[in-house]
Amino acid sequence: MSTTARSEAEANGVHPAAALPGALLAVNDLKKHFPIRQGILIQRQIGAVRAVDGVSFSVAPGETLGLVGESGCGKTTTGRVVSKLLEPTAGSIMFEGQDIAGYSRSRMRALRTDIQMIFQDPYSSLNPRHTIGTIVGAPFRIQKAKTENGIKAEVQGLMERVGLNPEHYNRYPHEFSGGQRQRIGIARAIALKPKLIVCDEPVSALDVSVQAQVVNLLEDLQNDYNLTYIFVAHDLSVVRHISDRVAVMYLGKIMELTDRDVLYSTPMHPYTHALMSAVPVPDPE
Amino acid sequence: MQPQPAIDAHLETEAPSAFLSVRDMRVHFPTADGLVKAVDGLSFDLARGQILGIVGESGSGKSVTSQAILGLHKGSSAEVSGEIWLEGRELVRMREGDMRALRGNEMAMIFQDPLSSLHPFYTVGGQIVEAYRQHNKVSKAVARRRAVEMLERVGIPNPDKRFDDYPHEFSGGMRQRAMIAMALVCDPKLLIADEPTTALDVTVQAQILELMKDLQREFNSAIILITHDLGVVAETCETVVVMYGGQCVEQGSVHDIFYNPHMPYTWGLLGSMPRMDRTRLTRLIPIPGTPPSLIQVPRGCVFHPRCRFRDRVAGEACTTVHPELEDIDSTDHRARCHIQKNQRSQIFSNEIAPTL
Repeated sequence: MSTTARSEAEANGVHPAAALPGALLAVNDLKKHFPIRQGILIQRQIGAVRAVDGVSFSVAPGETLGLVGESGCGKTTTGRVVSKLLEPTAGSIMFEGQDIAGYSRSRMRALRTDIQMIFQDPYSSLNPRHTIGTIVGAPFRIQKAKTENGIKAEVQGLMERVGLNPEHYNRYPHEFSGGQRQRIGIARAIALKPKLIVCDEPVSALDVSVQAQVVNLLEDLQNDYNLTYIFVAHDLSVVRHISDRVAVMYLGKIMELTDRDVLYSTPMHPYTHALMSAVPVPDPE
Repeated sequence: MQPQPAIDAHLETEAPSAFLSVRDMRVHFPTADGLVKAVDGLSFDLARGQILGIVGESGSGKSVTSQAILGLHKGSSAEVSGEIWLEGRELVRMREGDMRALRGNEMAMIFQDPLSSLHPFYTVGGQIVEAYRQHNKVSKAVARRRAVEMLERVGIPNPDKRFDDYPHEFSGGMRQRAMIAMALVCDPKLLIADEPTTALDVTVQAQILELMKDLQREFNSAIILITHDLGVVAETCETVVVMYGGQCVEQGSVHDIFYNPHMPYTWGLLGSMPRMDRTRLTRLIPIPGTPPSLIQVPRGCVFHPRCRFRDRVAGEACTTVHPELEDIDSTDHRARCHIQKNQRSQIFSNEIAPTL
């Protein structure tokens, strides 16, 4: 099934969004509909939740694209479909020139070294029964990646890079605070030097002082490893700080997509305008 | 377990003139690991019609403070001491029965998570009616009319129909509105809102904050708004208490806190906040480290392990002497810091303000 979808996409040739030269990722008319079924024995589909309904964007290497919107606008689903944690209903996802929309799980596995994800909740995204060493070392074992001095040395280097004490290699997630757990998730995501990281609300569960630490860490890592981020968040201030370009989503569609500074100084779409005027400004006057 | 401060001496003191006055309040929880000093010597005053913001990170004692004012620690293992005066009545030593008459009637609370604070088995309207009939001897029909009126007042469409809905049939913003309706049904003089908008979208947040300001103007209620969002504070509050490690480290008018802050922790909060209204030229300046354990509170200044300006104080004062909350320019603006007062103003205007 997936092979036919892929060959069809390939037969269509170059997609308009993919035509943007040098884009790392080009998404064209992406759709994700969740079926609503009814019936006891024979389930009929009576409708669909159009979580993502025709989204197109492209991301250049080394760039950060912010995806903002209210809850239920489809921003998280978009991130999950792009990283192929969910199968798209329609549309194409061109990653480095190949359409990964129809790739099977096994075919995706090789690409997982290039596309990684950082999750919102640092409490539920780490296995409580695994040590930090096991969690951060998992990508190496799964991908059978070659390491110079063994996995342990590599993991401890990563832990140091994200600001964790390498001596805590054998500790369990519950021994860490929220900010430290998010660092563990980041270490796992950068383990195999990916090209694209989808960050799904990576700082929204953190206190403001710790949030700033993690935002700075993400920026440093981007500079060091030339990472590309898709930064999904509902906090317009954080998105303004970290993104180069911003897409505003509403009801599964992109309402406005433009440069960060242009979007925040002269929002064109009424919805963007409404969204921004609702944010309380930390300036009493 | 913990030596109680001289309660009897305090009993003789005059009731303060402020509407709500918290005096040297302490809330300690004995646990197997040691004594958790969740709130340790907090004092503030609040007048009617005023909105006070309490800001701080998680674990700084914000929520415990609000629970203590409502007397929600009575009957638990928590040790509450100090004084809380509400219109001439002292609440810390008040009997639970008398407290019940006040709670929900003269003071009410809006909780952070509206789904877990509404009972899933009862209709939303039924829960509001229960709150009203607890304090007012009225028939069910009158109470229902009052509840529908309140639901309409907080902006729920078709309140007459939605009265019979269950909490799961409401959206997040509507549940929060229903919570506000329930809190306001008896026209409380004091409303405590514990992170009322944290779980909501910005558009809904703006509506809820506007609604709270309307109600404050209309009923002249005093409001305590607990939040970690400095934007919300700037837009709604008149006075602010900044809490860290169970203590108030700075308090003052909203203008003082944003334009003339005197405590390195407040500087840190302002510096780590991404701005929506302008593009920051520099990186964010986070506060290094993590909030302190409330079991082993650092000696000396609670903030010293994370303070970037410790070298501005000669000697060992920061690590050995607990700084007093001293007046800055008036008794309304006070901060806890060992750095010289005029030196602090200089540091803020020369080193902190340009990076914000």
